[in-house]
Amino acid sequence: MRKIIIKPKELLNKLDEYIIIDARKEDEYKEGHIINAISLPLARVLDAKDPNELAEVFRSVGVSNDDKVVVYDDIFGAIAARVAWTLEYIGNDNVSLLSVTFSKWKSMGYKVEKRIRKRKEAKKFIVRVNDAILATADYVNAISKTNNKILLDSRERLNYLDAHIPHAINISWRALGNEDSILKSPEELRRMLKNRKIDRDKEIITYCGSVGTLSGLAYYALKYAGYENIKLYAKSFKEWKALQLPIEEFKNATYWDLSAE
Amino acid sequence: MKQRFKEHIKQDKEEWGLPEEVESIEEMIRLYRAGKISDNEFRRFRLQYGAYGARLNQDFTMMRIKVPAGILFPDQLRRLASLSEAFSIGSVHVSTRQNIQMHWIYLDDVPEVERGLVEVGLTTRESCGNTIRNIVVSPFAGVCKKEPFDVTPYAKAFAKFFLRNTLNQNLPRKFKFNFACCEEHNLSKIADMGLVPITKEENGKIVRGFRVYLGGGLGPASFIAELLEEFTNEDQLLPTAIAVIRLFDRLGDRINMHRNRMRYLVHDMGFNKFKELVLKEREIVNATKSIYMKLDIKDIEKPTKGLISIKPFNASNEYKRWFNTNVVEQKQQGYYLVFISLQMGDISANQLRELARVVEEFSGENAIITTPQQGFVIRWVLGSDLPKLYKQLSSVGLAKPGALSITSAVACVGTTSCNLAITNSHRLGKEIQQRLLEKGLDKDKDLEGVTIHISGCPNSCGQHMIGTLGFYGGASRVNNTLTPTYNMLIGGRIGEDARLGRVITRVPAKRVIDVILKMISIYKSERNDKEKFTQWIDRILEGRGSNIKDVEELRKIIEEEAKIPDADIDADLYLDYGSDNKFTAKTARGECAA
Ligand code: SF4
Repeated sequence: MRKIIIKPKELLNKLDEYIIIDARKEDEYKEGHIINAISLPLARVLDAKDPNELAEVFRSVGVSNDDKVVVYDDIFGAIAARVAWTLEYIGNDNVSLLSVTFSKWKSMGYKVEKRIRKRKEAKKFIVRVNDAILATADYVNAISKTNNKILLDSRERLNYLDAHIPHAINISWRALGNEDSILKSPEELRRMLKNRKIDRDKEIITYCGSVGTLSGLAYYALKYAGYENIKLYAKSFKEWKALQLPIEEFKNATYWDLSAE
Repeated sequence: MKQRFKEHIKQDKEEWGLPEEVESIEEMIRLYRAGKISDNEFRRFRLQYGAYGARLNQDFTMMRIKVPAGILFPDQLRRLASLSEAFSIGSVHVSTRQNIQMHWIYLDDVPEVERGLVEVGLTTRESCGNTIRNIVVSPFAGVCKKEPFDVTPYAKAFAKFFLRNTLNQNLPRKFKFNFACCEEHNLSKIADMGLVPITKEENGKIVRGFRVYLGGGLGPASFIAELLEEFTNEDQLLPTAIAVIRLFDRLGDRINMHRNRMRYLVHDMGFNKFKELVLKEREIVNATKSIYMKLDIKDIEKPTKGLISIKPFNASNEYKRWFNTNVVEQKQQGYYLVFISLQMGDISANQLRELARVVEEFSGENAIITTPQQGFVIRWVLGSDLPKLYKQLSSVGLAKPGALSITSAVACVGTTSCNLAITNSHRLGKEIQQRLLEKGLDKDKDLEGVTIHISGCPNSCGQHMIGTLGFYGGASRVNNTLTPTYNMLIGGRIGEDARLGRVITRVPAKRVIDVILKMISIYKSERNDKEKFTQWIDRILEGRGSNIKDVEELRKIIEEEAKIPDADIDADLYLDYGSDNKFTAKTARGECAA
């Protein structure tokens, strides 16, 4: 069965089973990366215009449909999650996230290297678009209070209070992980979601501020907790605002002035 | 580095939290959401657990964490940091009663937050509602040059004794204890029960006791507490407290929610009568005392001297400025208190983490104390460590000067979170602090002892009644436009000669800073010789001013300064801080009396 999260020890035990993708910037990769990892910065994924171009990006770095892939980054798993989700979207279901960030990996004393790793290009990548996991602006705009869907805003609380998509509720991406792992345990996540009345039988759509990174992490948090019916609004609030779609604001309090930042 | 402290100072860590309470909170919220318990019943329950409704938004709540004697440990600071990022706004707020508050938390996340708190020994239990609230203790306790003995063990024992005690689960209203360490560091007269330590000699032996003050408190109507008896022996401390609480429980007003604090009871029957009742009730308490009614007092062992080897170094001007207003010598030679001035009590998650690290390295008690000035103090710092500590604090914005000066204004949360707020007192406080620091007023010795207190409504959470200059928010028509305004008070002070401020006039929010500066410039031209600002205020209040004789004459000048041009000339002057919208005074029901 596919694993959502792979812990460092598990990965090190099965190094030859997995293709490890470093989703950070190329410069960062060059300064040192997890052993065996290849570099595929998120920016390259975001640049691709359609599923075919995406498939080509992955194929060219040696990833095909059936390869087992582990992605990591150094920004709390958010960048890695977006890369992983994209791979899933175009038809590779064997993608996992590393449970720790690169910094954490290093601080735990696990092996890093500077050597630039390249894989042979894959023969082919067959595009099988999984539309069930993508939400568009139109789709989100059709959400109402009653249609059994939950819209989940993954940004931090003050941003959410400031303005959000109508009907959205907020779980900050910071509530998803802890110091040891980019995601809390499935039990902890389930407990939190249950308290918030986010039921498994509902469809959940996640979004965040810009390109679906923080909400990508939320997507995988939900999966990790055992939820199945999840979509990512990949273009998120950035597109929503640009399209001048309706927003909900909370202006009855000057909550920003409570922040120490 | 830490080793050199370990042997001598031990601040015991208490487990205030209880894991089973997390489950009962979870269950109650579930029942409430399922419509099985009423709004009122649920409100009472959640207030018992420190969850207080957020401003004009039912989904959110503030959680107040009880911090007895203000003592927090590094792991607790780190936990506060991560909880605030996950479930709140990424910063926490230090309150004037030494609590920590986290705002804009989803009501349904409360169990998760409580769980995180309990894991590190903290609780929100009895931090709101009609209970005995956090026990406030002077942050100087244990290290103060003027204290007769350390009250910390007494305060902690009180906190332990009363937390979850059946005596205080359903009082007519909240009840507050304040422990002073000496006459000066002393908020005893603005609490329901204030305690000032004293000693006397009996048969050649030193006996410990307290001066017990009763019936004080700030609010829409404020009172200064009165002295129960000259000397209350330490063994009578708990019986006295129990007697007072039992009386309040029996006789306090449970009907009229505006008059149900104990101070009204005391005021209405007259202090002498109340005192008589207390002394009688104490006899009964003593006569029926059980073995459980005992305070467990263990003095904290402390060194009397630190390493005294401050090497001379080239201190920068910034360092000197900080040193002069943020650092105080302890009674234990060679050790220092280092005050951290925040901005109206707000500290970010990252700063909390840094603070935890700094505490581990520099605090001899491996703990930090919250202060009634909405800040922190690190104690037992070796003099030789000060420059290094300064450097580390300033690298994360925690070495703001002026901690013990006029610039460290105190302000409640106001419209940033509170249902009752009329004005954004919080932001005004921040603006005042910034302006006064820019003007370097922290360095002005003549202004020593001057405090500025701001509340967003008459309720006095910002303690405007005890500020040398106090302000509380309101809404009034100015030139026919509804405007955020502040009622200005002068002359409030704390200590054994505590005094409530006197209202002099009303000032538009955007003129408050000008008025403060005006007051300072009037003082400079009116003062006698070496007179301090606070002494000049005393003279004005007594009608013995120089050219400006009394409050009446001062009012005229301030009113002139506070004038604003019509709204079509400068509309901004009619808006509140932090808002571009036309001012309206929106409020909702407060939960104080629920
Ligand atoms: S003084 Fe008024 S505005 Fe400020 S916190 Fe208290 S009730 Fe709220």
